[in-house]
Amino acid sequence: MSAPNSNKTSASALRNISFWFAVSALLCLLLVDLDISTADPWAELSLMAAGALSPSVWSWPTLLSSLANTFAFALQGVTLAAIAGFALALGYRFTLVRAFCAFIRSIHELFWALLFMQIAGLSSLTGLLAIAIPYAGTLAKIYGELFEEVDPAPANNLPVNKRRPLSEFFYSTLPLAWRSMATYTSYRFECAIRSSAILGFVGLPTLGFHLETALSDGQYSEAAAFFYALLLLIGTLHLWLHKRLLPVYLVAVFYYLPPQATISWQLLVRFVSEDIVPAPLRGQTLVNAETVNNVNQWFYALWQLQIWPGLINTVLLGQISLVFTGLLALVLLPLNSSLFLHRRWKRGIGDSLLILLRTLPEYLLAFIGLLILGPSMLPAILALGIHNGAIIGHLLGRYTEELCLRADADRGITLYFYEVLPRIYRQFLAFLFYRWEVILRETAILGILGIATLGFYIDSAFETFRFDVALLLILVSAALNISVDQFARYLRQQLQLKTVPESL
Amino acid sequence: MRIQLLRNITALTLLFITSISSASPSVSNTPADTESAKTFVFSAIPDQDEANLQERFDKVAVYLQAQLDIDVRYIPVKSYAAAVTAFRNNQVQLAWFGGLSGVQARRLVPGSQAVAQGTEDPFFTSYIIAHSSSGIEPNDSFPAAITGKTFTFGSKGSTSGRLMPEFFIRENLGDTPDKLFSKVGYSGDHSRTIALVQSGAYQVGAVNYKVWDKQLAAGKIDSDKVKVIWRTPSYPDYQWTLRGDVNDSWGPDFQTRLTEALVGMDDPDLLASFPRSGFIAADNKLYQPILDTAISVGIIDAGK
Repeated sequence: MSAPNSNKTSASALRNISFWFAVSALLCLLLVDLDISTADPWAELSLMAAGALSPSVWSWPTLLSSLANTFAFALQGVTLAAIAGFALALGYRFTLVRAFCAFIRSIHELFWALLFMQIAGLSSLTGLLAIAIPYAGTLAKIYGELFEEVDPAPANNLPVNKRRPLSEFFYSTLPLAWRSMATYTSYRFECAIRSSAILGFVGLPTLGFHLETALSDGQYSEAAAFFYALLLLIGTLHLWLHKRLLPVYLVAVFYYLPPQATISWQLLVRFVSEDIVPAPLRGQTLVNAETVNNVNQWFYALWQLQIWPGLINTVLLGQISLVFTGLLALVLLPLNSSLFLHRRWKRGIGDSLLILLRTLPEYLLAFIGLLILGPSMLPAILALGIHNGAIIGHLLGRYTEELCLRADADRGITLYFYEVLPRIYRQFLAFLFYRWEVILRETAILGILGIATLGFYIDSAFETFRFDVALLLILVSAALNISVDQFARYLRQQLQLKTVPESL
Repeated sequence: MRIQLLRNITALTLLFITSISSASPSVSNTPADTESAKTFVFSAIPDQDEANLQERFDKVAVYLQAQLDIDVRYIPVKSYAAAVTAFRNNQVQLAWFGGLSGVQARRLVPGSQAVAQGTEDPFFTSYIIAHSSSGIEPNDSFPAAITGKTFTFGSKGSTSGRLMPEFFIRENLGDTPDKLFSKVGYSGDHSRTIALVQSGAYQVGAVNYKVWDKQLAAGKIDSDKVKVIWRTPSYPDYQWTLRGDVNDSWGPDFQTRLTEALVGMDDPDLLASFPRSGFIAADNKLYQPILDTAISVGIIDAGK
């Protein structure tokens, strides 16, 4: 990469960075297994298709209560996350705070849930915290960066000799960032609904609980009903989740599903003082040469068998999926843009398609991919790429609405490549760098493909009740995410990419 | 704007704090977090037919309630590990575990006992199944031809879908699955193992024989595409495991009464929930072979 210099913000820097990302993904492609083993997927796929066309609800009370639970966990989680994220964002200029935020958001919701389950059981508190904690990390990052990016002019005009940081913040920074914060938070709320649904995979009573159950039993009609319910919940949010009604909904969800758990202090103490202590250290009062040796062996074996291969697979899969996500987002964005789809109904269909694609759990996409393509990294790349590509494509499509083009601008392909793409490219890269760490985190739940990512080993450690190993692996994946986050932040600053357009 | 913002934040914080502090017994939609100490709760590993678990086991709860004259509830869980965790946290006092999950649970909860097992469970077995394109034919001896194929286990914590098949594979082929097979997956459960091998996504898989037989009888399996190529030697599997401290809450002879109720279950409708033809008494010693195997395969650490 050429050293950033005075023209670092020019198109050449953007070209450079895109080029190197594409090259790195191509190199990664050479290293991974992309075999297609064709067989007879059609029998299972036709069952799935038939199920998708004939949704059936086996129990309305179950469907409705899991729908309500999904909404309740999401709303509670995001509310708590917004408050905590705001507090953290105030200190976002400190590396330590940033690292802390990167740490808490680098752990997948499912793993937070599994951790809390050891202490608080399968309770509503577990569900709330599993969403609130990683989302607080994400919102802190967004808020923090928005605060950094607000127009400094108002603050600069304040008298220098009597600075009052608090007033300065509330009068010159917050008002400018407020709109973007609100928009982004409401966008995260949609993500939280998906997360909440997915928490059902580990046993919380949300839509995912029954969706996963029906899928694993091959009851595709039932699965379809739960999936459509999730889609409907997300698709109609803008119709009934008004700002002014928010307090009502909040009171309702806290009344309906109060966060509570019977925490046994004994369990908590055991978890902290025994479960997560590396196995060779347990019950050792004195640290002597032998213990140190045992710990070294323990760590070395883990490094050889899990940490190193897990890191390699996670990075490879993440890098390829990231670039594929980017390409797909660029292909998909016209579906949600009035520049390319002029008719409202066409755009409506395009928009719905993108919502559908980003709502499909990656896990389901991976399963379908596995049936069609056989076990390799390919279904994983497709699953991560489609899901994240649809998310970025949707955001970019909406962003193009804000562009001011000449009245006589071209149409179609010329418009896309010569007018739109150059104007949105910075935004595109900004979104993509954002998804980077998300993609790394999501590699965790693709164990069905037998891809041994860090998440795969974390899941195995939970399955075998080796919480010491689970915690160590979580720390390693957090370190990876923090590094990627730092690198993305560096790139963002070098390329002067903006986080969130004020208009979004 | 500032005042409104501050007001909102304060209101939300207060709301949150009050909702946490008022978390005394009240309405709740999640199972098991507001149980009074006297409700006896049990669970079962979700090994098959998950959609009907609640219906199947609610009937068992009604039966136990009538036999023991106490409140009995069933809570569904989503994974083997979750069943063990609920047992460890005393959210459930009794669980229908697999061989491996039972051993894990009893190690985590000292004093807990295997009290009953199905009539079939002393002689449980797994099937190795293969897609027709693999060209492997059924045989009485171990199918060494599976070497180099793609292979899927069931859940990582399953006895019949993971532990025992892995043990017999290591024993017969002398190496670990990830070295022997070109790819190793974990489908998550038995039904999906069958679906994945039947579709050819994986060429070979390991599955619980009961689940296979049931799906075969229900006509869900296309024998032209997937068949059983080998049956493992038998091993002890499922059992009812009870926490050791139940007598403190439900009376000094509770463990005995519960065991009698379980063994006395003879309603075919109830037994079909498991599915077992009946229950017999069991103890922890019966599962020593499972523990030894789990240690040899590396799923459980020796000692402790």
